[in-house]
Amino acid sequence: MSKFPVPDNSCEFFDQEHECMTREQIEALQVERLKETIARCMKNPIYKQRLEEAGITPDSITCVADVRKLPFTTKQDLRENYPFGLACVPLRDCVRLHSSSGTTGNPTVILHTQNDLDEWANQVARNLWMVGLRPEDVFQNSSGYGMFTGGLGFQYGAERLGMLTVPAAAGNSLRQIKFIRDFGTTALHAVPSYVTRLYEVMQEQGVDPRKDTQLKVLAIGAEPHSEEQRKRIENMLGVKAYNSFGMSEMCGPGVGFECKEQNGLHFWEDYYIVEIVDPETLEPVPDGEIGELILTSICREAMPLIRYRTRDLTRVLGRTCPCGRNHIRIDRMRGRSDDMIVLRGVNIFPIQIEKILMQFPELASNYLITLTSDADNDNMLVEVELEELFTDDFPRLLDLEKRIRRALKDEILLTPHVKLVPKGSLPVSEGKAVRVVDKRKVYQ
Amino acid sequence: MTIKQLSIFIENKSGTLIRVLDLLSKANIQIIASTIADTKDYGIYRVVCDQPTQAYLLLRENGINVQLADVFALSIDDTPGQAAEAVRLLSSEGVSILYMYSFLWKGKGVLVMRTNPSEKAKEIITIKKIGFLTEADFR
Repeated sequence: MSKFPVPDNSCEFFDQEHECMTREQIEALQVERLKETIARCMKNPIYKQRLEEAGITPDSITCVADVRKLPFTTKQDLRENYPFGLACVPLRDCVRLHSSSGTTGNPTVILHTQNDLDEWANQVARNLWMVGLRPEDVFQNSSGYGMFTGGLGFQYGAERLGMLTVPAAAGNSLRQIKFIRDFGTTALHAVPSYVTRLYEVMQEQGVDPRKDTQLKVLAIGAEPHSEEQRKRIENMLGVKAYNSFGMSEMCGPGVGFECKEQNGLHFWEDYYIVEIVDPETLEPVPDGEIGELILTSICREAMPLIRYRTRDLTRVLGRTCPCGRNHIRIDRMRGRSDDMIVLRGVNIFPIQIEKILMQFPELASNYLITLTSDADNDNMLVEVELEELFTDDFPRLLDLEKRIRRALKDEILLTPHVKLVPKGSLPVSEGKAVRVVDKRKVYQ
Repeated sequence: MTIKQLSIFIENKSGTLIRVLDLLSKANIQIIASTIADTKDYGIYRVVCDQPTQAYLLLRENGINVQLADVFALSIDDTPGQAAEAVRLLSSEGVSILYMYSFLWKGKGVLVMRTNPSEKAKEIITIKKIGFLTEADFR
């Protein structure tokens, strides 16, 4: 008998008890779990000091709004306490760690106990069940594996649901398509730009996704995308595509997911307390207004995070839903309150690009990153000024571009287009230089 | 045996060429021959002029990416086959031409070229007695 029973196929809910709670029940559970989380955090000296300074004990919490009494936690806190400084349990109780892209030179590490992993898998399974997937389905995970949580996160969740799960990982489109056809894949998880790439290759190979595959559900996420992009993916493949939200700090994918209504992502409030605040004043904004998403994980043992500033900008769409789940509905992400770039599922800070460019003595210090999207892909253009014309040979200039491209790829894990420009030709702004121009139509 | 040529890095964007030309014209620098080679994104504007060093300093001061390149200015008769002959003499000895352009100067043809290796080219020009112009010829 499994420790995690799977409901009958006919049941609409993977975890009816928690998914169908009333608002009152949700809030009562949140208060209880927030108190437990504070008690757990008190075991960590850094959290303990912060909470004591704010005069907080578990008893300070009498209603969900009391979460506002708690201090914020930031990515910087995670970096400064790298790797294990914010652990709330001894390392011997931890069974896994994940790390953010790790390319910034300051990676963030997130620890998991076995229970954390089980709860994470439950959240992912809940999401996939919600959009109609059942143990009969074949789930292909075309996400990167390894430290990136999109791989193992979906793997364990899909297995928890009971699906045959194919850890195809990212890349090698021909092999992906062969798997989809040979294994009868019905559901696929990938970043949206990769889905369009797969479709492109299907067309080249003369594969008609509607006739030659059994695909019906796609989970897309880890990369900002517009409603138009979702519609295009659905029309291309003849599937339903559902938006997935996750972040390694909370566990990974599973934090929020769209139901069949496709009207906002349900964030699971039995696991998280969701706030939307003004990123400047840090005061709450009314439902419907855009602000920064703040998450408190109230179910995690190894590294709960209190009022974590995600830097993602979004808004509350509602707190009820025709699907029967009363967990808060959050709009797709509208942008970032910091300068992080999310491109093809990779998190990039402009400073990483700057660091690489400055290693080339041929280059001046002014550069501009432009993000564009065409029908199929998001692209990055890096324009950088030439310090000295060190040659008048085109091959040597092209070679320099190639070397820059390669160095950037090693750093940010994807290959941008690199363009040398004459000194003085990039706009010089007063004060803080504008380094990134985002022309992608993803935040509409 | 070589002359100084301006090599100017310019963006494929309207207004960039005129900026360079205006600077040269205001300083009363005469352009004798010029050519633009371009890629998708940018170009190199190569100029033979009467005062290359002054022009170089002027452009540099104005923040323009410019280089002084040593190039040959071979002097040939203005009749069919002369360019072919000059190039054949060089390439048959293993000298490759990185770029070349030509113009007419006082009734003679001029082949401006950068070669690799350039020492070898000098040898051949001397031995084969190929005519060439120097900077003094353009002042």
